[in-house]
Amino acid sequence: MKRMIPMWIAIVAGFAMLFSAFFPVTESLGEIFGDMFNVVAAIAFILGAGSLAKINLAKVSRRDPGWGYAAVTLACFALTLAAGLGKIGAAPNPKFAALAWSGDERAEGALFGWIYESALVPITSTMFALLAFYVASAAFRAFRAKNIDAILLLSTAFIVLLGRTFAGVVLTGWFPDWASGLRLENFSVYIMQVFNTAGNRAIIIGIALGVAATSLRILLGVDRSWMGTGGSK
Amino acid sequence: MSARGSLWQRIVGGLIGTLSLAALGGVSVSASAAPPPDFVEAIDVPWDAGGVLIVSWRVDGDPSAITGWLIERREEIDGAKWVTVSELPAAAREVTATKLSHDHAHRIRVTAFGESGQLSKGLETAPTLAHANFFIGAKLPLFVGILVVSTCVIVFILSARAGRPIKIRRIAALDAVDNAVGRATEMGRPILFIAGIQDMDNISTVAGITVLGHVAKTAAEYDATIEVPTSRSLVMEAARETVQASYLSAGRSDSYNPDLIRYITDEQFGFVAYVSGRMVREKPAACFYMGCFFAESLILSETGNSIGAIQIAGTAESTQLPFFVAACDYTLIGEEFFAASSYLSREPDQMGSLKGQDAAKLITAAAIVIGVVLATLASLAPDGAFPAALTWFKGVLGS
Repeated sequence: MKRMIPMWIAIVAGFAMLFSAFFPVTESLGEIFGDMFNVVAAIAFILGAGSLAKINLAKVSRRDPGWGYAAVTLACFALTLAAGLGKIGAAPNPKFAALAWSGDERAEGALFGWIYESALVPITSTMFALLAFYVASAAFRAFRAKNIDAILLLSTAFIVLLGRTFAGVVLTGWFPDWASGLRLENFSVYIMQVFNTAGNRAIIIGIALGVAATSLRILLGVDRSWMGTGGSK
Repeated sequence: MSARGSLWQRIVGGLIGTLSLAALGGVSVSASAAPPPDFVEAIDVPWDAGGVLIVSWRVDGDPSAITGWLIERREEIDGAKWVTVSELPAAAREVTATKLSHDHAHRIRVTAFGESGQLSKGLETAPTLAHANFFIGAKLPLFVGILVVSTCVIVFILSARAGRPIKIRRIAALDAVDNAVGRATEMGRPILFIAGIQDMDNISTVAGITVLGHVAKTAAEYDATIEVPTSRSLVMEAARETVQASYLSAGRSDSYNPDLIRYITDEQFGFVAYVSGRMVREKPAACFYMGCFFAESLILSETGNSIGAIQIAGTAESTQLPFFVAACDYTLIGEEFFAASSYLSREPDQMGSLKGQDAAKLITAAAIVIGVVLATLASLAPDGAFPAALTWFKGVLGS
């Protein structure tokens, strides 16, 4: 029973969502299931926050290695939660000036908005900026000319890289018009539009068919491993 | 009333402007007013989801005096007001009114703008209902496509059930799963499994969770530790259920620790910061990235590479595949990722569905070849029957 109920919920909701895309009569049914998902996800968020608090509290109380970081996490979690729920510093909405909590927690002057803009945005931007270095190190490793395939990859990447910079124009801009297709800026466009697009489309078609087949396996109850049986039964 | 008021304001404004110009600058003003439309018609779009009317009109008077059109709609209910649909250039003779209510009919009014903003007398359509049809006709090719894929999959599942042998090509990345888990066991280090950063309504996350079931079962059999940090609470719950059931089916339910499957944060780079830090500190021997990834793909896989972990990735995000290919030991590309669960289970039903997927791919490839041949022939012989055949074929495919 523990397996059958979730499976039937998935089957009914899945078919409802599928039919709602084609039959307007069932459109509202699809919206209902979409709303139900949002409600379940919102309830699960409480479980997630509970898990976060429980694990970090246990770490602090046991004085595990790195417990200080857990304490910082908990303090930040509590502060942000209080700032958001309490709308600390948020001016009330002019339409409902008598209601203290009617303001926008992200408005100017609100503590939650300040935390978001002054702490979270710079920190996440810093993490994102690291990507540039990771791209460089991954490219360095991927473009080692170890065999014929790697040499082809390296050559193609080199052409595209040069073609998208001024270096490409400087190096091959003097090519006569009849050979303009070989100018790096044109050749790189040709590589991206023909070879890259063709390969990308092949992958996307495969993904679309894979999505359809996976959805069908779940809707027909053939694949139940998402429920954790470790197999299909 | 307010919409009507705004029209009057424009008319009066236009007149004042015209008179002012004439008085101040002595400008010669054309006396010809914009002629009103002579015929207006609203047609409900057939075989659609409703809420759409195609409005067309005709003007028999001098069109040179028209500088534009004002299109308004009004619902056929008490107290409804005229609402602007759009303002169009003088050459327009048709417009599509969208987002109309399915429940009540609408009147559409078309009014011409003259020079200096003068408005002609508006002409209204009869009340027309933009009703929803039983089926959305524009999606018929997609519907047929889904039916074809579904038929292929079901036929091959039935064929597999009947005992017909199914042969599937080897997928190196999936064959390496056992080796990766075994390596982690031998090294006494944990296994890290990331099911992407999207929620359970994303099919990639569902596919990732199905792979997690198999990896967790292998880990339970080998008595290895598996950690699953998640960026969505619902994914955490689903992953806990999956891993618990896998440990149960492996006969190691006592080894299951729900605290190893934890929610971190919905914030993309907050999640990345946690996982990267965890990887550097704990040095997992095997890292699995199975799900929907974006910019974090390379940060995670490069960090995993730097600690010497064996890495297996799978995603349907084609933009992230090059990063995984560059940084991971094995990568499930596109459809391989969705085939992973079936491949690992080795059950006839699921293997049959994979074969059905291949058959659908064959049909798609045949359609591409036919399209390419027709397009080539149409460009070589533009006066022959090929352009018409190409147009027909595109219509069949809904493109």
